[in-house]
Amino acid sequence: MKYIEEFQDPELARRLLDDIHATVTRPWALMEVCGGQTHTIIRHGIDQLLPDQVELIHGPGCPVCVTPLEMIDKALEIASRPGVVFCSFGDMLRVPGTGRDLFTVRAAGGDVRVVYSPLDALRIAQQNPDKEVVFFGIGFETTAPPNAMTVYQARKLGIRNFSLLVSHVRVPPAIEAIMQSPSCRVQAFLAAGHVCSVMGVGEYPELAERYRVPIVVTGFEPLDILEGVRRTVRQLERGEHTVENAYARAVRPEGNQAAQAMLADVFEVTDRAWRGIGVIPQSGWRLSERYRDYDAEHRFSVTGITTLEPAECRSGEVLQGLLKPHECEAFGTTCTPRNPLGATMVSSEGACAAYYLYRRLDVAPARLEASPVA
Amino acid sequence: MPDTTLSDTTLLDITDWTCPAPLRDQPRVVMGHGGGGAMSAELVQHIFAPAFGGEVLAQLGDAAAVSLGGVRLAFSTDTFVVRPLFFPGGSIGDLAVNGTVNDLAMSGARAAYLSCGFILEEGVEMALLARVAGAMGAAARAAGVEVATGDTKVVESGHGDGVYINTAGIGLIPAGVDLRPQRVVPGDVVIVSGAIGVHGVAVMSVREGLEFDVEIESDCAALGGLVDAMLAVTPDLHVLRDPTRGGLAAALNEIAAASGAGVVIQERSVPVPAPVANACAILGLDPMYVANEGKLVAFVPRQHADAVLAAMRAHPLGAEARVIGEAVAEHPGMVVARTGLGGTRVVDLPIGELLPRIC
Amino acid sequence: MCLAVPGKVLEIEERDGTRMATVDFGGVVKEVCLEYLPDLKVGEYAIVHVGFALQRLDEQEALRTLELFASLGMLQEEFGDPWEAAANANGYPWDNEAGNEGDGEGELALEARQ
Repeated sequence: MKYIEEFQDPELARRLLDDIHATVTRPWALMEVCGGQTHTIIRHGIDQLLPDQVELIHGPGCPVCVTPLEMIDKALEIASRPGVVFCSFGDMLRVPGTGRDLFTVRAAGGDVRVVYSPLDALRIAQQNPDKEVVFFGIGFETTAPPNAMTVYQARKLGIRNFSLLVSHVRVPPAIEAIMQSPSCRVQAFLAAGHVCSVMGVGEYPELAERYRVPIVVTGFEPLDILEGVRRTVRQLERGEHTVENAYARAVRPEGNQAAQAMLADVFEVTDRAWRGIGVIPQSGWRLSERYRDYDAEHRFSVTGITTLEPAECRSGEVLQGLLKPHECEAFGTTCTPRNPLGATMVSSEGACAAYYLYRRLDVAPARLEASPVA
Repeated sequence: MPDTTLSDTTLLDITDWTCPAPLRDQPRVVMGHGGGGAMSAELVQHIFAPAFGGEVLAQLGDAAAVSLGGVRLAFSTDTFVVRPLFFPGGSIGDLAVNGTVNDLAMSGARAAYLSCGFILEEGVEMALLARVAGAMGAAARAAGVEVATGDTKVVESGHGDGVYINTAGIGLIPAGVDLRPQRVVPGDVVIVSGAIGVHGVAVMSVREGLEFDVEIESDCAALGGLVDAMLAVTPDLHVLRDPTRGGLAAALNEIAAASGAGVVIQERSVPVPAPVANACAILGLDPMYVANEGKLVAFVPRQHADAVLAAMRAHPLGAEARVIGEAVAEHPGMVVARTGLGGTRVVDLPIGELLPRIC
Repeated sequence: MCLAVPGKVLEIEERDGTRMATVDFGGVVKEVCLEYLPDLKVGEYAIVHVGFALQRLDEQEALRTLELFASLGMLQEEFGDPWEAAANANGYPWDNEAGNEGDGEGELALEARQ
């Protein structure tokens, strides 16, 4: 695919790596925010190719990892109701709620469907006027505009049997929460490129300044990741802490204004709980007053949910880089990708699952278990 | 392992998604148990194997190699639940025939006779059934196998997906042929017969509204002839596997786990057609996990590798055969890929179904 | 949250009052909603996430980035940092449009002092 393969070129990767190796003089801890970036790093084995002094801490930028357990339980409750068609992105079906998951719900007769786009869910609503179609609206700022447009379309076309279960999260407050943790080790961020395609880079200079961390807007192909690391390391070595755009082909400083306008209309900022971290103020979006009637939480009043997060799970510490996955007592024993205790083991992009998947070569456990597909 | 999978045409039928993070102590069967991954294996290990016992089943091969009256036979069964029944390049009929023919071929046997059992949903149109039967007949003739016996049952409307087909087959295993994972040794060369991910993407395109410049058709095909050509070079191949549901990754993992050998793959050598790679990129899928219906992966003793590869390339179904890696003594039971950039990644067994991602 | 791929716009049409496009991803063609890129033209590239075009892909930027990668390590000894050289030649801060705010310790400022 054009503008993908070119950014996977091994020769150019070599040059970027050489430059990084030549620049690094001491240890640095970088966090890549987006799960998609974590995916690329694992997929191509990039972290093994970087100098040992460069540590990549996998950030909380994965909707699977951070969607609160309570929201999953609400989703399961709604999906269980007769007459409901529950639609979701594939990522979310991996997530166990308290005692069950979307597949258990389906086995018991629930209509659960995976879709590629929220517009597919809207189409299902149009084609099934006798059903209530609910779409699980998770994701960061990249996914919020598609979800917003879908609700906007629903209203415009007068489609009433459609609603959105919203659990959107925002990156800048997450960065802030991570930096505010007293024992935080993160010294720089690779910002999520596609989030910035939508939102621009305006929210980051203040963070870079306040916490004195370089923030480099980074893309998703191997060369993009390497370039993000290269620029970040160079800033760190020089004692700088500014915002750079290493993904200029897809990110403009102002972002996508049309998308931002739609977000401002359809959503409003709210406090949001992040699994493994806790409530981060102003870190989420919910449907605005004008669109509240399309909110699935209102349409299906969901009460009486008891949420039980396993006590041994230490994802929060892992997400902030305070704990390495294999340092957790439960890692590889009571907590594995097949039987995850917490967020970071659930998704293949979560730090614990990622560690499990590729660090096994070094750690070599007695018994190998299957993991989610990387 | 014994094939507990549903027809893998539903690999990317999104209503068949299985749970990749299953809960232990499941009181009920869930879709994941039909996925061909770790959950299916658990079903066999905890329910079927203890109930049935038997040495042959314990081998957990795709086809069973049995001795009867001094003759070595391969015996296999496969069941197909497909939506849609017809897809680009094939149908449930082709799959039902070739699925079992290929299971037998992976034991080195030429399928001689098949049985087929139909479970039909009341209300299925006769014309549709005739089309399916016609497709099966054509596939059987192409594969050189005869449908010798069969059975038909009808279930009430609403209790099925139209047409379910089970086929079982037998064939003679040639003398000197002993194909099973336990024969793999470090140094064996891993060869794939052609491009991967084609079948899954062909079916997915119908579902996801993807269109292609040149339509992607399923690679569904009978592999008996290709296997014969390979065995003609030497009967001493070590193991063959057709990477259906779960893709190349599942097949390699099963072999690695059963053999105790490690497997190293060079990612850049694994042939993936550009449209397949691009379709997977759009949906967030890894081609290594996408189903194939007319491909095989072979572990070949090093000294025979060149000759076997040449024989494969001389056969129409092996024209794009490639060496993709080797068996090693390191990381026993684990499949590791050397990435295009020179890093490494573990290629794991899928737990259940392949799910598209947005992340 | 960020799986998005670049595709080339083949056709644009209105459907139900919504701007939609047929987009080609290396031979795979899919329908994409173009409402968020009202100025995008046929023949241009867009980044597409879950069926929506979210941003135009700037082809010139892409090529420039690749060229700069290719020049890494080669010019270092002779001409100094190729990034600065390119930036100086073009007369604008190459490394970020967001602005090197903060204490002004940007790339060019540092270079000027050396």
